[in-house]
Amino acid sequence: MVEIRDVHYAIGGHEIFTGLNLTARRGRITAIMGPSGAGKTTLLKLITAQIFADSGQVLAFGRDLGSQSWSEIYATRKRMGMLFQNGALLTDIDVFENVAFPVREHTDLPEALVRILVLSKLQAVGLRGAAQLMPAELSGGMGRRVALARAIVMDPELLIYDEPFVGLDPISLGVILRLIKQMNTALGITSIIVSHDVQELATIVDDSYLLSGGRIAASGSPEQLRNSANPSVHQFMTGSAEGPVAFHYPAPDYATQLFEAEEP
Amino acid sequence: MSAATHSGFLLEGVRRFGAVAIFLVRLILQCVPALARPRLLVAQIYNAGGRSLVIIMLSGLFVGMVLGLQGYDLLQRFGSEDALGTAAALGLLRELAPVITALLFAGRAGTALTSEIGLMRATDQLTAMEIMAVDPLRYVAAPRFMGGVIAMPLLTAIFSIIGLYGAQLIGVQLMGVDKGVFWSQTQDSVGLHDVNEGLIKSVVFGVVCSLIAVYEGYNAPPTAEGVGLATTRTVVASSVMILLLDYILTAEFL
Repeated sequence: MVEIRDVHYAIGGHEIFTGLNLTARRGRITAIMGPSGAGKTTLLKLITAQIFADSGQVLAFGRDLGSQSWSEIYATRKRMGMLFQNGALLTDIDVFENVAFPVREHTDLPEALVRILVLSKLQAVGLRGAAQLMPAELSGGMGRRVALARAIVMDPELLIYDEPFVGLDPISLGVILRLIKQMNTALGITSIIVSHDVQELATIVDDSYLLSGGRIAASGSPEQLRNSANPSVHQFMTGSAEGPVAFHYPAPDYATQLFEAEEP
Repeated sequence: MSAATHSGFLLEGVRRFGAVAIFLVRLILQCVPALARPRLLVAQIYNAGGRSLVIIMLSGLFVGMVLGLQGYDLLQRFGSEDALGTAAALGLLRELAPVITALLFAGRAGTALTSEIGLMRATDQLTAMEIMAVDPLRYVAAPRFMGGVIAMPLLTAIFSIIGLYGAQLIGVQLMGVDKGVFWSQTQDSVGLHDVNEGLIKSVVFGVVCSLIAVYEGYNAPPTAEGVGLATTRTVVASSVMILLLDYILTAEFL
């Protein structure tokens, strides 16, 4: 469904990806994990054609995004749904209109059908009763659930989640996890989840990749990653501050700096 | 300032002008499809025009009143106070109404447009539209641009009418100019070309102010500082462009 082949990408001379290879297979849930700054969000931008690789190929639905025209990219995007980290709801329209937005823009369905479609998706995320609220009236978790309803309203073949679990209460977290799994099993939607919530992901994903240093440091099932002998992978999966991945940004000696009054 | 710095400024100016020109072409191409959603356009005419109405009416009244006072003081030195209506009407229609309305528009509606679109960019709303295969230029930028372009001449007309009433209020009610003379002089001296001058200026200012506001918001860096700077640039660039274009258009009409 999505294939990344030997992708190199740099921003302002700083290498983000140096020969990245990754495959998200049809009908499966693929997790992309990695420490902050590993390039997870940049990878999502490549998959959704917001940016393009310096070299290598990013294939979505079997076609290289880099060789497509804008109208072809827009056609490809219609087959995708994306859940943004902050929801990215349109703030000048209410919850119902937010979910109805892609339907109204891309179809000429009668209003009665749009209403049924929107209410059914809102029911799935437990927010049918919030249809008339404005985005500013929603909590962060509710906003994320509305955004999920909007992402699935056009029944996409591929769903991309950017940090879907951040800031969710345990109930919402459980619901979102179940929804992702249900959509995968019942509707056959391929899912790509970018997250560093290792424990939550382990319960639902089929394949996982660990990004580090611009490449895939490890891949396999969550169980395989957890049992990895690679110290970097082990450190990330267990959340330890000690290990080859430095927690501290490079700095002079702590004690020396504390007693140097003039230098900040 | 060194030659290298001069050429750097020049290059940046040319680059910026080119970027705005390309943006304008893309925007105009999206204006026709945006008309398919008339509700969005009406909402933006209200946002740009309706919400600026009070400030435009108040300013128009005060500018007209000042024009009445200054005009009377000047004209009565030559015994020509009867020409107050003519002076006020021509001054307002050809110059003051389009320029002051545009400056107020840049300060109120322009900044609102820039900060709104900039915040939409900062909160990923524009990116979300792109991922949903909806061009934000069509859904967000084009209706706001057209709303501004349509609202500006309407606001200018209202400014002119209220301003003329303010000048009449001072000239006739306070200074004692004959009411019949005031209005008949106005009617005799104002021609269609005077109205056209004001109208053309207001349309040009509407295009420029709305374009700058939408462009700055659309391209604002997605940070609080970025949106703040973009809003400031909207006011500064719009004000300078209004005064520059006013000179060019006035020279063209005279």
